[in-house]
Amino acid sequence: MSLLKEPPPGVTVDVDQAHTKLTEWVVHMEGAPGTLYEGEKFQLQFKFSPKYPFDSPEVIFVGENIPIHPHIYSNGHICLSILTEDWSPALSVQAICLSIISMLSSCKEKKRPPDNSYYVKTCSANPKKTKWWYHDDTV
Amino acid sequence: MQSDEEYLYDCDSGNESSGDDVGLEFGLEGEPGGGGGCVGAGKYKETEDYPYEVLSTEEITTHMIECIKEVNSVVNIPITTTRILLNHFKWDKEKLMERFYDGDQEKLFLEAHVISPYKGSMKSQKVPVKTSNGMEECEICFLNMPSAMMTGIECGHRFCTGCWTEYLTTKIIDEGMGQTISCAAHACSILVDDQTVMRLITDSKVRLKYQHLITKSFVECNRLLRWCPYPDCNYAIKVQYPETRPVMCKCRNVFCFNCGENWHDPVKCHLLRRWIKKCDDDSETSNWIAANTKECPKCKVTIEKDGGCNHMVCKNQSCKADFCWVCLGPWEPHGSSWYSCNRYDEFEAKQARDAQEKSRAALQRYLFYCNRYMNHMQSLKFENKLYSAVKEKMEEMQQHNMSWIEVQFLKKAVDILCECRQTLMFTYVFAYYLRKNNQSVIFEENQKDVESATETLSEYLERDITQENLADIKQKVQDKYRYCDQRRRKLLEHVHEGYEKDWWDYTEI
Repeated sequence: MSLLKEPPPGVTVDVDQAHTKLTEWVVHMEGAPGTLYEGEKFQLQFKFSPKYPFDSPEVIFVGENIPIHPHIYSNGHICLSILTEDWSPALSVQAICLSIISMLSSCKEKKRPPDNSYYVKTCSANPKKTKWWYHDDTV
Repeated sequence: MQSDEEYLYDCDSGNESSGDDVGLEFGLEGEPGGGGGCVGAGKYKETEDYPYEVLSTEEITTHMIECIKEVNSVVNIPITTTRILLNHFKWDKEKLMERFYDGDQEKLFLEAHVISPYKGSMKSQKVPVKTSNGMEECEICFLNMPSAMMTGIECGHRFCTGCWTEYLTTKIIDEGMGQTISCAAHACSILVDDQTVMRLITDSKVRLKYQHLITKSFVECNRLLRWCPYPDCNYAIKVQYPETRPVMCKCRNVFCFNCGENWHDPVKCHLLRRWIKKCDDDSETSNWIAANTKECPKCKVTIEKDGGCNHMVCKNQSCKADFCWVCLGPWEPHGSSWYSCNRYDEFEAKQARDAQEKSRAALQRYLFYCNRYMNHMQSLKFENKLYSAVKEKMEEMQQHNMSWIEVQFLKKAVDILCECRQTLMFTYVFAYYLRKNNQSVIFEENQKDVESATETLSEYLERDITQENLADIKQKVQDKYRYCDQRRRKLLEHVHEGYEKDWWDYTEI
């Protein structure tokens, strides 16, 4: 996989974990230098259904540090269109990581989404069950 | 013999061509069963000058192809493109033509997510990812394939046929998409045409589902077509102009073309929708709670008083507050000398009572109309029973020296009874939203008149028939049903006149 050979800067796959269970990956990610998240470390969890790549993977932030970002909820759910309705089988784990890094990098103010507390209380554990409403392309 | 599953599918898809290869190209050249020609003038049914026809699924397909052909004879672009364009304009031919000739064509193609047929294919412009040995890499499965195994649509994105098939199957079966499946490449919104889909999908189940989805969306987005809402009915109604009118399907179901509900004259579609929503949601439950309960002043649990004593002890185990039902104050002082429950706090008490009165009144009003509406609905449901009872009676009467033709009035009476009940049922929805004025009083008088006549007719029909009263009963029933029918028409006319002259005011509930 090209992700192992030429990953985007600051991204590594937890190979040992992926070996034990091929359908669940953890990807380590570092905040890009020169952005609000510089020096921070995050973990992304990928879950692949048997229909992957025709069905999108389930992607959430896990671990201690969930980035504070207007499109990322405190439970790790990410509001990103390519993870649901704009998914294409031609996208890869690498492309998703790149999208997320760029989403983090373009952030100008660290804050949670305005409906964070309500959403976190009421949402399903699987972010793909949420009907996302994509309206803000600026960050 | 087909397997059960296949059989099921065939049934489900109505009359669409089954799995073989005539396929969804919907044989533009060699039309499957296309001889049926659905626009024969003789097929139009006239109902008070509102012409419409009933189409089977096969006729819908034929009609769809005719639409495409008609446009194609003018615009002369690939048939698959015409289909996508038409779908984009919700099958409104005129709109498409207008945009095609008046506006910016490039913009039109862009909006409809197709590649302009006038541009050279972009296939040549994109360089496929080629490896040294003349193989191409599929961007989905990352396998190297000979070029013959790779395919794509006009946008130039190429994937292996296996991935395409899998992709399309997922979209069709899991996501129920038909005409709106776009290219598998990321951020490419170019739509996959039906010929490509039918070429790539070989599984007959998926093909049928695709055809089914296309027909379904054709009917649903076309303002001149509507599926008959009756369960398991596969017919659609085609009109010449959309309007709030009753139409009757081949399955004998009569419904409103505009909203698809049972024919609901005199009430208008939007009020009926509001009513149905109100009956479905629980708004009146909360109204009942507001009207009949109080909250514990300490823990706010809802309490319904079921005994005479005003000393309330909250049953909530973690609360157990003692309080007075009347003043909601703590119970303690009520036994002692500084008892103040009888001292009237004018303002607070009035507010509380007003709020409760309001809820109560609203509830009463709703229940009044709802009960009557439901009652007629219930009576209508017994119609089948009544028809068979009346049939028995008709046979009995024929044994009492009456001819077949002479006893037909009974069936006619039941027909009219049902019509009256149906109309009455919806008059209560209309009345619920109606604000009182002079005309509404006249309406209520009319309603009362039809209702009492209908109930009398209903009674006559359930009465025993004996030799002695036979002629007598016939006379009575006939007089009554003629009266009912006449009054029902008058009532509707009056409401319609009101629509024209703007008499009706609606409440905001």
